[in-house]
Amino acid sequence: MANTETMTINMGPQHPSTHGVLRLILELDGETVVKAVPHIGFLHRGIEKLSEHRTYHQVLPLTDRLDYLAPMHNNLGYVLAVEKLLGITDQIPERANVVRVIMAELTRIKSHLVWLACHALDIGAMTVFIYCFREREHIMDIYEKLSGARMTSNYFRVGGLSADLPDGLEQEIRDFIDSMPGHIATYEGLLTGNRIWQKRIQGVGTISAEDAIDLGVTGPSLRGSGVDWDLRRDNPYSGYEDYDFNVIVDEGCDTWARYHVRLKEMYESCKIILQGLDKLKPGPILADCPKICLPPKKDVVNTIEGLIHHFKIISEGFKPEVGEIYQGVENPKGEVGFYLVSDGSPRPYRMKIRPASFINLQALPKMCEGSLIADVVAVIGTLDIVLGEIDR
Amino acid sequence: MTPEVEVLSLSSHPLLFLAAMLVKIGVVFGVVLFIVAYATWVERKVIGHMQTRLGPMRTFWHGLLQPIADGMKLFFKEDIVPSQADKVSYILAPMMILVPSLITVAIIPFGADLQIGNYIIPLQVAELNIGVLYILAMAGLGVYGTVLAGWSSNSKYSLIGGVRASAQMVSYELSAGLAIVAVFMLSETLSTRGIVDAQSASVLHWYVFKQPLAFCLFVVCGLAEINRTPFDMPEAESELVSGFCTEYSSMKYALFFMAEYANMIVISAIAATLFLGGWSGPTPFGAVNLLGKVFAFMFFFIWLRATFPRVRYDQLMYLGWKIFLPLALANIVITGFVVVLVN
Repeated sequence: MANTETMTINMGPQHPSTHGVLRLILELDGETVVKAVPHIGFLHRGIEKLSEHRTYHQVLPLTDRLDYLAPMHNNLGYVLAVEKLLGITDQIPERANVVRVIMAELTRIKSHLVWLACHALDIGAMTVFIYCFREREHIMDIYEKLSGARMTSNYFRVGGLSADLPDGLEQEIRDFIDSMPGHIATYEGLLTGNRIWQKRIQGVGTISAEDAIDLGVTGPSLRGSGVDWDLRRDNPYSGYEDYDFNVIVDEGCDTWARYHVRLKEMYESCKIILQGLDKLKPGPILADCPKICLPPKKDVVNTIEGLIHHFKIISEGFKPEVGEIYQGVENPKGEVGFYLVSDGSPRPYRMKIRPASFINLQALPKMCEGSLIADVVAVIGTLDIVLGEIDR
Repeated sequence: MTPEVEVLSLSSHPLLFLAAMLVKIGVVFGVVLFIVAYATWVERKVIGHMQTRLGPMRTFWHGLLQPIADGMKLFFKEDIVPSQADKVSYILAPMMILVPSLITVAIIPFGADLQIGNYIIPLQVAELNIGVLYILAMAGLGVYGTVLAGWSSNSKYSLIGGVRASAQMVSYELSAGLAIVAVFMLSETLSTRGIVDAQSASVLHWYVFKQPLAFCLFVVCGLAEINRTPFDMPEAESELVSGFCTEYSSMKYALFFMAEYANMIVISAIAATLFLGGWSGPTPFGAVNLLGKVFAFMFFFIWLRATFPRVRYDQLMYLGWKIFLPLALANIVITGFVVVLVN
């Protein structure tokens, strides 16, 4: 009997398919992974600590940088948390809520496109990658027209939105959503029926519903293990209860199941956006809370109250009452939550973020131990992690 | 008295023979290297357009000078030899991978015989009566380059790439070789020229129609043997960074790159010669026929790369040993029975 020993290999942080700066220490027996240990922290920016020294409004741009593939969702989670803390959740105008839902779902499509692109590229299907990025580019154009930025949108505000939809954007979103099912069918045409693709992801990276719940996995990864849980339906926010959509659940527990969950979620997001566009009616986009929301520019220049409110909000910010709240939203990757503690000052005493990717990453060793190196890449892809969110 | 026409050889007319030989080698070598250079351009263009991009556009008209720019760039890059590498085999490996693929081209016939004076010059660099064996032998040699590159770099990714490559090439060589066996059972010769002649009567005599299974097996196994997508396991960039050539830079890396395309040309040319009548049809111009078929194959390989994901390593071995090998063997048995019955 030959003397065998395992080989330790360092995958990342500079590696083509660790999605940024994830570092995995893999212990290999031949090509089989015996042990996988994720090392994180290469992208730590101290967002939680930074936010303790900024007013509530100033924290908002930092949240863009959490899950940079779904910035609007982070904005939404944070803004909802602050609104809850202030107790103005009921005062958000209808139009602001509808636009929030539309943009959140558009962001979900955008994030899922990047997931599919990278997942396919990791497994070697180069063309799907480019096709997905083509559609993502379109969403980024919409982002740009809306907020001026392609990635870090910083669009929502405590109490509503930073600006109304520009002329013609409604139609542009509608046209894009009309074209989207055809595009998704193209990706499916290249992948779903492909024997190589099936063989690569069926039965790979399995995790049972029980394990997934124990490890705190959320989002499509949880629903791919057959757990019917979606915050949009089970703990609705921003008026999600008024939309008609299905929560996609697949009992397969493997990468193939999660692939289907995410693809079908894109169709559901299209449905929600179309419903949102139908609901969209002219109206105010900011709550009527002069001490919290910035007044319109013309009031700032023409009225003394406007000038005073503007000055106070900019120079000092608003002061929520002492208290603590938690608000979770269904990010494309899972549940992203903001836990805010207020000591009555204009700055959060503590902000704790519950990052979806960080907690989902815990499942990685369980999912890939005992499989091959090639499967590790597939599992990283299927978990859809974003290092900006993991390291914060 | 009319002098007898004979095949030009070293004994019959040494000077003319050497001159003809040098010209043939120069032309074949030049053409192959030219195709290697421009195959990179074509690949980027074709895949670019398939992916709704344009591919290279900046260097000259539609990026036509891109291969030259790439070559210059690689040439001026720092040539790094890792301090822990085994120097001799590290330097030897890229040559060992390129040379066998280039010299395989020598036995590909590219036209009808040429008559100069009383001498016949076969349009083929070397006429070997064991041509097919030579092809298999050279394909076997190519493995050493990959294995040595993976091992001598002294890097774990390279090592895994090298091990994968050797396993993959050895197992697919077997199936590819067995697929060819069926061909020379029909042609009853191992010489590539003889195999082309046997198919030259008409398009319908091409072996692809008599041996469709062998043809498919050979193309797929050939693809696996030269490590092209979907079988590009040894250099699977999303898993192994760059596999066996991770540590290589500058011109050594360029040699690996050239070898990949040279291998594509070789596999295309062999497939064209053995199954599609080589130079003999359908147009009267031998070289044009051969080049056309080679380009068609290469386009097909590029097309595959744009379409397919990568097969997993264990599935690849399963495919090779449990599906292709039995199929190739069965094909030989059936061919044997048919040949005996027809005769």
